[in-house]
Amino acid sequence: MKTFNKSLTAALVSGVIAATAATSVMAESDGKVKLGILADMGGVYADICGRGCVTAAEMAIEDFGGKALGQPIELVTADSQLKPDIASSIARQWVEADGVDAIGGLVSSAVSGAVSKVNLNAKKLTLISGSASNTFTTKSCNPFNVHWTYNVVALANGTVKPMVQAGKKKWFFITADYSFGHALEGVASKVINENGGEVVGTIRAPLGTTDFSSYVLQAQASGADVVALANAGNDTVNALKTATEFGLTEMMDVAGLLVFTQNAQAMDPAVAGGMRLTTGFYWDMDDKARDWSQRFEERHGSIPSMIHAGVYSATTHYLNAVEASGTEDAAVVIKKMKATKPEDFFSRNAELRADGRMVHDMLSVEIKKSEERKDKNDIYKVISVIPGNEAFSPMLPQCNFS
Amino acid sequence: MFDINLFALFGQLLVGLINGSFYALLSLGLAIIFGLLKIINFAQGALYMLGAFIAFLALKYMGINYWAALIIVPVCVGLVGILMERFLIRPIANEDHLYSLLLTFGLALIIQGAFTHMFGSSGLSYAIPEELKGGNRLPFMYLPNYRAWIIIASVAVCFGTWYMIEKTKLGAYLRAGTENPQLMQAFGINVPLIVTLTFGFGVALAGFAGVMAAPVYSVSPDMGSNILIVVFAIVVIGGMGSIGGAILTGLGMGVVEGLTKYFYPEASTTVIFLVMVIVLLLKPAGLFGKEA
Repeated sequence: MKTFNKSLTAALVSGVIAATAATSVMAESDGKVKLGILADMGGVYADICGRGCVTAAEMAIEDFGGKALGQPIELVTADSQLKPDIASSIARQWVEADGVDAIGGLVSSAVSGAVSKVNLNAKKLTLISGSASNTFTTKSCNPFNVHWTYNVVALANGTVKPMVQAGKKKWFFITADYSFGHALEGVASKVINENGGEVVGTIRAPLGTTDFSSYVLQAQASGADVVALANAGNDTVNALKTATEFGLTEMMDVAGLLVFTQNAQAMDPAVAGGMRLTTGFYWDMDDKARDWSQRFEERHGSIPSMIHAGVYSATTHYLNAVEASGTEDAAVVIKKMKATKPEDFFSRNAELRADGRMVHDMLSVEIKKSEERKDKNDIYKVISVIPGNEAFSPMLPQCNFS
Repeated sequence: MFDINLFALFGQLLVGLINGSFYALLSLGLAIIFGLLKIINFAQGALYMLGAFIAFLALKYMGINYWAALIIVPVCVGLVGILMERFLIRPIANEDHLYSLLLTFGLALIIQGAFTHMFGSSGLSYAIPEELKGGNRLPFMYLPNYRAWIIIASVAVCFGTWYMIEKTKLGAYLRAGTENPQLMQAFGINVPLIVTLTFGFGVALAGFAGVMAAPVYSVSPDMGSNILIVVFAIVVIGGMGSIGGAILTGLGMGVVEGLTKYFYPEASTTVIFLVMVIVLLLKPAGLFGKEA
């Protein structure tokens, strides 16, 4: 077994080296805009920010004309494998040796945190689209962080608040047992308590739990009004499936706090139909969104998640700022980005605040039941628009980098 | 208060037993392949996933329903296993066990990667068959019919397999053929064929478990890798290669995990490994294994 471990370690190490080496090609050149997209190419989040995030960035660059500051815009991409150590070594290579000016995509809060640290040192921009934690604009805020698309606060405010106000006072949490789940549960519990509700129970289920039946039974016995799923991806899908199977959904409401279009598509409409959730974007929300999403679908093969749309939007806003300020120097560009209001098919009533938080209108949507669906992409019914300042929390004074 | 807790406990025990049935099916397949053929098959999880995907695709594109899939899918997955054994594993059969371990590990990664590429990482949904929808309200919990079916089907398949290997003439040939191939070959028994078929059967069990899992869990490319390590731990606890041990340990560990989920959920994915460490320290051959 010892030899096995050794050879396995050797294989892992060479994999890391190969992954890093594959990304390093060109030396630094001044006055040239180079963008890096770090995504999850083959892991659990590959559908929500993998190849699709690269496609979205490519589209943004093409739509921009392919050139900035008079030179072609370069795009490099890599697989973070959802591992912070791999992500930071790639980021270091990119910003320190390859002349990358900004890194985008970034799914998983741990990965974004690692990249953000590297970029702060190198004074390069971190354009986070995929991560949920609000730490990048609160506890670990820095002048080079830009957080697009959504965060845990917006999800909790969007989904939890209206339910508590409508009289669903008792909440039970099934939480993914890692930083994202804890953050989401913490923020949501705060919203519940502030609005006169109470949390009657919490279960921390390990990430990647296959069978949720035990937790569903405990939730059933808790006497709660709502069971909140503070998890993501397959965990949410499995938990919801089990909740329906055990009759939980007939007794109490189930609220999925983070559901992407890809997850909603993966769920049986008989199971998920009628569930409310909060999202930063829906492909079918209006003509502008449909236009872009159709182009995206033609290239990528499936409809965009809010993260894909966010990557396009953040990239475009960044390129506009570069062109307008006539340099790719991050300290200058970030000022310009914050001074200009982003306006595109994704960003509505949007502003990039001084703390790096991109505040924009969020959507409260309901998953359609089978009989309401026209085709496989027809998954949400938009219930209401949540104004940005209601969805996101106010800026902290210590994070004001104006 | 006490009796309510007792009720909750019953619920957890039953739910644990249901999960244990899955573990039993998967660890049985591994135990057969390891115990009789001495091959450490790391692709078992990927083949379990393959089973679930074939069931999904068969329903979607050929209208093959759940009941037919229960028969057809294990055969298909078994055939994949037979091809694997014949063309990939056999050429290195005389090398160190590490080689087949690495080979099957690599195969698992390739299969999983290919499915992620083709179907994405979000998973697909497979409905519970009409006949098994609904459930019964027991005094202590609501038991969905499908979960009850999981226990019945798994226990039947596990017992049948155990009986066949340990109690029938065919099983005796099998055990003898792998114990002393030269002697059996001298008696005119086609040992390589027995090996191939045994491997195919062990793998088919994974395919069967995949079909059983499709209606209750998300059908996704990583479903196999999530469960595989746990199942390996179960085989180790039960005693490498012990057929009955794998079944009983599978059921037992499901219950242990279920109780952990009730008392301290954070440890639910770790508890089986804790048991493994303790068992290895006290009884290195496993609970039901023969001391070497």
